[in-house]
Amino acid sequence: MNQLQNFTKGFIKESPTFVLMLGMCPTLGVTTSAVNGLGMGLATTAVLVLSNIIISCIKSLIPDKVRIPAFIVIIASLVTVVQMCMEAYLPSLYASLGLFIPLIVVNCLILGRAEAFASKNGVWSSFVDGAGMGLGFTFGLTVLGMVRELLGNYAVFGHKLVQGDGILVFVLAPGAFLALGFIVAFINAIRKKA
Amino acid sequence: MDLLNVSGSPHVHSRESVKKIMWTVVIALLPTFAVSILSFGFDAVKLTLIAVASCLLFEWLIQKFLLKKPCSISDGSAVITGMLLAFNVPSNLPWWIMVIGALVAIGIAKMPFGGLGNNLFNPALVGRVSLLISFPQQMTTWPMPRPWFSHAAVDATTGATPLGMIKTGLAQGKDMGELMNQLPSYAQMLLGEQGGSLGEVAAIAIIIGGLFMLFRKVISWHIPVSFIATAFVFATILHAANPALYIPGSYHILCGGLLLGAVFMATDMVTSPMSGWGKIVFGCGCGLLTIIIRVWGAYPEGVSFAILLMNAVVPLLNKAFPPKRFGVTK
Repeated sequence: MNQLQNFTKGFIKESPTFVLMLGMCPTLGVTTSAVNGLGMGLATTAVLVLSNIIISCIKSLIPDKVRIPAFIVIIASLVTVVQMCMEAYLPSLYASLGLFIPLIVVNCLILGRAEAFASKNGVWSSFVDGAGMGLGFTFGLTVLGMVRELLGNYAVFGHKLVQGDGILVFVLAPGAFLALGFIVAFINAIRKKA
Repeated sequence: MDLLNVSGSPHVHSRESVKKIMWTVVIALLPTFAVSILSFGFDAVKLTLIAVASCLLFEWLIQKFLLKKPCSISDGSAVITGMLLAFNVPSNLPWWIMVIGALVAIGIAKMPFGGLGNNLFNPALVGRVSLLISFPQQMTTWPMPRPWFSHAAVDATTGATPLGMIKTGLAQGKDMGELMNQLPSYAQMLLGEQGGSLGEVAAIAIIIGGLFMLFRKVISWHIPVSFIATAFVFATILHAANPALYIPGSYHILCGGLLLGAVFMATDMVTSPMSGWGKIVFGCGCGLLTIIIRVWGAYPEGVSFAILLMNAVVPLLNKAFPPKRFGVTK
């Protein structure tokens, strides 16, 4: 697999949100608007890229039996860094994402890539994999956020298209499941045809 | 292996079919429809037609273009979904919200599960609850029904449903005895002189439709009776414990959508348990949850939530109370 394929697989073919179904908690929890989805996705990407690089650097030092706790410690430290940076420089986004920032630690996507990719591949490949998967995750969250914002608030990235309240259910929790389900069905239909 | 041997003809054909059952339910809904026309005028006809037409259209579109299956809209199930959906909304609802409700009912609650016979939740109720959550303002502005055969403008006045009046009245610290004087009387509720959705205002019409279905054996007595009895008993106990806070059980039964839900929606063949005991447990759960939501919940009305919640446990009830298999002895 060349590096280009390694990078682009995260968008559709192995999309973490729509195909691998990893990191569902932030996917369903924060995508009430496109901006929230984008912010969450980029924060996760930052953690994912850094954790992939660090883990692939020190993979030969970590004893096999304690590799999961070791990965988690690395990821948790990185999340703390991202969280503090976000609190300092993007306080409004930090406020709207709230609890979901510390929860990046337990995002299956990050641990999954560490276990499945970074612990077996070189630093450069792991970086490309982390960037591709992270941006694919960002893409998925932004699409979901856009759909929910458009239907639930008649707005795109905060710009109101039509006056009024929108179909509120799409901003609420059931709307997250419904929108995700229909997007996944749509993507599966395309993949089947292709 | 005797069971597998089929005797020679002639056989007796029961003349039952999905189509026949569905159209019987449609006929049973007609008295309710008639009362809603008398009470709300042309709006009732308009909304019901829009709901039925959009349910049929969405089912046809999905079967034709997405599933590429033979078309089954003539079985009447989409007609029932449309009618029940329309009966569950206020008469001044904008038409496009009705269309969204139909899309949710058919496009989310029915067809993705595999169409008639496979849906876990009652499509009309899913449509109704989605609308209630999505458009809280439009879904809770109730035009008052006009007296029958008068020509007064229909949406001249809007008012709360009896249950809504109780909820806000109690929140303002009023006493239940004081509230009861402002609420519609039992006779008014029987004949449809109360604020509410299209199909829930007249108890008598629903009872007539229910008796017709019972007589034609489209529904069995288990669910309506256990639903209404549980609600009545539970509400009566609450009322006896503190009459200042809780309305009498008989009032609970006649107001709101309890009768409509118990007779037409909880009894949906697809989304209710198969055996008699399963149905009774199902009905008891519906009745209990309805009163719990009405009395302690955030929404004044709880019938649709209660039925949907119980729909979710139907597979478990079918396992716990399996229907008797033909020819098998214990």
